[in-house]
Amino acid sequence: MDQIIVQILNGLDKGSAYALIALGLTIIFGTLGVVNFAHGALFMMGAFCAVITSKILSASHKIVDETRTDFLGNPLEVDTFYVQEWFGMAAGQTIMEWAVPIAILFAVPVMILVGFAMERGLIKHFYKRPHADQILVTFGLALVIGEIIKYTFGANPIQTPAPPAFTGSLDFGVFLGFEAQTIMYPYWRLVYFFFSAMIIAGVFAFLQFTTFGMVVRAGMADRETVGLLGIDIDKRFTFMFGLAAAVAGLAGVMYAPIVAPNYSMGLDFLVLSFVVVVVGGMGSLPGAVAAGFLLGILESFASMPVVIDVLPGINQIIIYLVAIVILLTRPRGLMGRKGVMEE
Amino acid sequence: MFGLTKKDSTLMLVVFGLVMLAPFLLNPFPEGSGMAQFNAGYPDLMQRFVIFGIFAVGFNLLFGLTGYLSFGHAAFLGIGSYAAIWSMKLVTLNVIPGILVAIVVAGAFALVVGFVSLRRSGIYFSILTLAFAQMMFAMAYSVLTPITGGETGLQIKNTDTPLFGGPVDGSIGRANLFGYEMGNSMELAVGNHLFTFNLGYYIAGFFLLLAFYLSIRIFRSPFGMMLRAVKSNQQRMNYTGLTPKRYTLSAFVISGMYAGLAGGLMVAMDTQVGPERMFWTASGEVVIMTILGGAGTLMGPVLGAGMIKYMENIISKINKDILHEWFAFLPDGLEDVIVSLVYPFIGKGWHLTMGILFMLVVIFLPGGLVEGGQRIAKLFRRNKTADTQDATSRTPAE
Repeated sequence: MDQIIVQILNGLDKGSAYALIALGLTIIFGTLGVVNFAHGALFMMGAFCAVITSKILSASHKIVDETRTDFLGNPLEVDTFYVQEWFGMAAGQTIMEWAVPIAILFAVPVMILVGFAMERGLIKHFYKRPHADQILVTFGLALVIGEIIKYTFGANPIQTPAPPAFTGSLDFGVFLGFEAQTIMYPYWRLVYFFFSAMIIAGVFAFLQFTTFGMVVRAGMADRETVGLLGIDIDKRFTFMFGLAAAVAGLAGVMYAPIVAPNYSMGLDFLVLSFVVVVVGGMGSLPGAVAAGFLLGILESFASMPVVIDVLPGINQIIIYLVAIVILLTRPRGLMGRKGVMEE
Repeated sequence: MFGLTKKDSTLMLVVFGLVMLAPFLLNPFPEGSGMAQFNAGYPDLMQRFVIFGIFAVGFNLLFGLTGYLSFGHAAFLGIGSYAAIWSMKLVTLNVIPGILVAIVVAGAFALVVGFVSLRRSGIYFSILTLAFAQMMFAMAYSVLTPITGGETGLQIKNTDTPLFGGPVDGSIGRANLFGYEMGNSMELAVGNHLFTFNLGYYIAGFFLLLAFYLSIRIFRSPFGMMLRAVKSNQQRMNYTGLTPKRYTLSAFVISGMYAGLAGGLMVAMDTQVGPERMFWTASGEVVIMTILGGAGTLMGPVLGAGMIKYMENIISKINKDILHEWFAFLPDGLEDVIVSLVYPFIGKGWHLTMGILFMLVVIFLPGGLVEGGQRIAKLFRRNKTADTQDATSRTPAE
């Protein structure tokens, strides 16, 4: 029993990442009808926003400390962080340690701008082209973004630690009446899960309860009619692209402490999140979220030693296997709508 | 000639000439000169040109004609490689049976994968093929280690004892064609130039010509027309009473066999396999090659493959020092600026150039480099006709 709970918990954080990326993908697909293979790259850019923020916050310069000397008797040069100079030692230290959460503030506007630029500059010209062309051009874009990141930040993963308040693990089993130390769950993963749940809820609430969201949903259902009613639906869809980019970016920012960002993480996540979208059903937002969590949890179950003993290697292929089975038995995915991508 | 129209015969002859004379054409710069690093006429790279040319030609038969975008084609290449190396380990070191086995096994896998994947079209098809390929990669990497050698892959070892004609002295067997080893080369020195004629390359080249010929025949056949019909309007095809799936499945299997042939040849040239050959980025690479050269054209995929492999092997070797050498004639400050501007795009950054090039082609030249060439050619022709028109229109006015 405790093993099962551990696996569910382990699946949650990966599932949250899948769900967030798949959510963004589905928003873009549902509104603009574009298959965005560069979405993994947006996720990666989010993660690198965290890297950049933590680099900026820990920018330092050397000052000469007259009171201390090094072993040769010269005045000692000390690395001083700007934030510590400005906000005092303790506060500066805290700011540096909380770089990842602070990066959210930085990432949201950046990612929205990136999303706007992408939609206006590139994707706009591909609405009328076949889906294959959309896949290809965004795939090319993903390669280019990955290479730019590689050139700027190098090929090695960059560690971005979570704030010290969230290091360590929560003894989750105690709450459920298990013995201590049986179910341990890192705090940051818990934070990640709640954070994604909040974002998912926020996106759904935005679409469901605001006028803007209502218009967007109407546009998703019948773009032409909404346009005929005198609403500039294109502008709103562009905004939705920015929102989707921001969602992917936030998923990336908060994921940085879990997996150290490197230039290939975008493509790694892209493949899986596409499988997630297809399993959930193209164009269905709840489907994307449900499939994200489902596949994340399935993946962690499949990597239990008990399962691997029976079916070796299953943890590597479970997601693809599920995708194949679902696509063949339920052609529209778990919650796909009728008439989406069925030409 | 061989059932080809005059135009196609010319094309075939051009390709024949290119393949045969590649050791000359790709080695235009004398040894030891500053430009010698741009020489691509060494056997290893020429073999790669040809093998990936075959791979891309096969991919083009599927994508270029039917429009089905497979994102998992490298799996068939990998399977072909594994099949070929087992044939060499167990049966004979002769490459011909190995290549045949590779084609057959890859074709069988393509039949299964295609049968399942082709039930869906569009993005679903892409995801299904991707899923199959990733599954095969993951399994080759982990569970199937006894068959595939896992992470280290398979090599021919001195403990291998093929049924026919293995080495008797305990040395490591080499791939051969009836006793002639693949690595055999003849060198020809003309002045400062050094040309290498490699047996392996010419065997691969022979298969490329065969593959290219078949591809022309398929393009021009009624079967090829059916495949194009699948691309343009499947529904109408259905109404006409035809079954698109039969045609798409045949195309899928044929293109899987091409991939198997490429995989078999890769093993014939360099007797080792690793699972990374099947990773999805490898599938992405063949997509890029085909599109870059021109999907749906005959020459495009070969050109695209050549271009990507040239960049991968030649452009990627240019480092900062070489760049500084090139721009040494500039004033110091300017030299540094230029070098730092150019450097991200070459050397290790060649992927970036490739990505940008690929995007530009997708955006502006859906027909790839071939279309680009045609447009330029048309431009010249139009200029000529425009000139004559101008001349004729001007005469009466005078």
